[in-house]
Amino acid sequence: MSKEMTRLPMVDDRQSVSCCADEQPAGSYGDPADANWVTGQLQTATGPVCRVATSLDRKDLLGTLKTRCSFGRMNYRIPPALYAVGKPDSDSPVLVSANYKLSFDHLRRELAGLNLWILVIDTKGINVWCAAGKGSFGTAEVVRMVDVSGLSELVSHRTLILPQLAAPGVAAHEVRRRCGFKVIYGPVRAVDIPAFLNAGCKAEAAMRRTRFALADRLVLAPVELAGMIIPLALFSAALFLLNLAAMLIKGDPFSFLTLPVKTFFDLAPFFGAVLVGVVLVPALLPYIPGRALAWKGWVLGMAWALAYSFIANPTAGWLQTAAYLLAIPAITAFIGMNFTGSTTYTSLSGVVKEMGTALPLIIISAGLGLIALIAVYFV
Amino acid sequence: MAVKYRYLKNVVTLEMDETKCNGCGMCIDVCPQEVFTLIEKVSAITDRDACMECGACARNCPSQAISVRAGVGCAYAVLMDKLNIKGKCCGDVCGCSLDNIPEH
Repeated sequence: MSKEMTRLPMVDDRQSVSCCADEQPAGSYGDPADANWVTGQLQTATGPVCRVATSLDRKDLLGTLKTRCSFGRMNYRIPPALYAVGKPDSDSPVLVSANYKLSFDHLRRELAGLNLWILVIDTKGINVWCAAGKGSFGTAEVVRMVDVSGLSELVSHRTLILPQLAAPGVAAHEVRRRCGFKVIYGPVRAVDIPAFLNAGCKAEAAMRRTRFALADRLVLAPVELAGMIIPLALFSAALFLLNLAAMLIKGDPFSFLTLPVKTFFDLAPFFGAVLVGVVLVPALLPYIPGRALAWKGWVLGMAWALAYSFIANPTAGWLQTAAYLLAIPAITAFIGMNFTGSTTYTSLSGVVKEMGTALPLIIISAGLGLIALIAVYFV
Repeated sequence: MAVKYRYLKNVVTLEMDETKCNGCGMCIDVCPQEVFTLIEKVSAITDRDACMECGACARNCPSQAISVRAGVGCAYAVLMDKLNIKGKCCGDVCGCSLDNIPEH
């Protein structure tokens, strides 16, 4: 056990875990002054600072949409630098954020009417939470950007406001020791920042909790579905070939019309399984009994397999039914298990334990289901 | 109030040495899961099973009173790690981004 554990990402070797790595060469940004989200420049004692818009325009929204659909998701970043919102002065608060454009957009659209500084650090275009988890939103990078930006000459106070979810990567007391700036963790969600600032940098308990409502659970479904296109296409091709082989071997009369139609109907329960796993499991997450996510996926997959077998396809033989009851819940259990990465509450220890039990069962169930599925075509 | 999600029981590695705690309350501030409560100026783990092992508390504890094996609770990342496949996480196929919570 302990040997395996040491290979998992841990605090101390996070810098070396290449999990989310996708490092673009530095200096590949255009001039931020030309960007659509910059509204002008503020002349300061340390040079010009770009002022950012606090509303999103069509180009921002289009970029968000594209990113959500997983096109160019890894290269949606802004130059690390100090930015201004409104007309900040030497007493204005300093917010620190990641250089993932989506994170930055979420932040700035909540800041209308405020005067403050935003220090964007280089998280390699990764969001705050992921970047904190792997250390690129870390103590060293915060200290480096404080230094590079000349912040200590620009503001008279010595306070940085970091998003709370950066805390896994940043040691507040270390930042203070190394650059003299005190770190205050702000609210989890950008929408609470005005209230947080108004309250004198105090976050209510509710602002400190992550939220995982229906929309939060479903927002990644398009990306997940996009990831299923290739596996489903390969599976479709396999079923098509199986149908073709079965017809040739059995000597059934076939036409080029019946073959695709039959393949299409054979695919239906599996398309359904993917939709159940990717959409229904997240949507119904809090209401599905049990705790392990593989189990939750299995429950809904079994319900779908039973419904399909006995309602949509009651004339299927026992072998076909067995194939569906074995293969479909295995697929949805696997998708459910992978949803652990999208949740806001699963622990590494829990995931490792869940996988230890679920993965062998999923493999056995899927394997037997696959054998039964192939056998159906030839008996 | 939003539901508090519950994951597996008795699995997390979070430990707290209350004798080292200086009562600063940083762990309470950074914990997104309300695991800690300040009781008589000492922080205590009052909801261990809610811990998601993000490691924020341990990293921000100035007196090193907290230990946890921090990591990402992502089956895909664990799987890729076991299969020794690098650089696939947080890319187009992975949902571990938690982009869904604003300001991330």
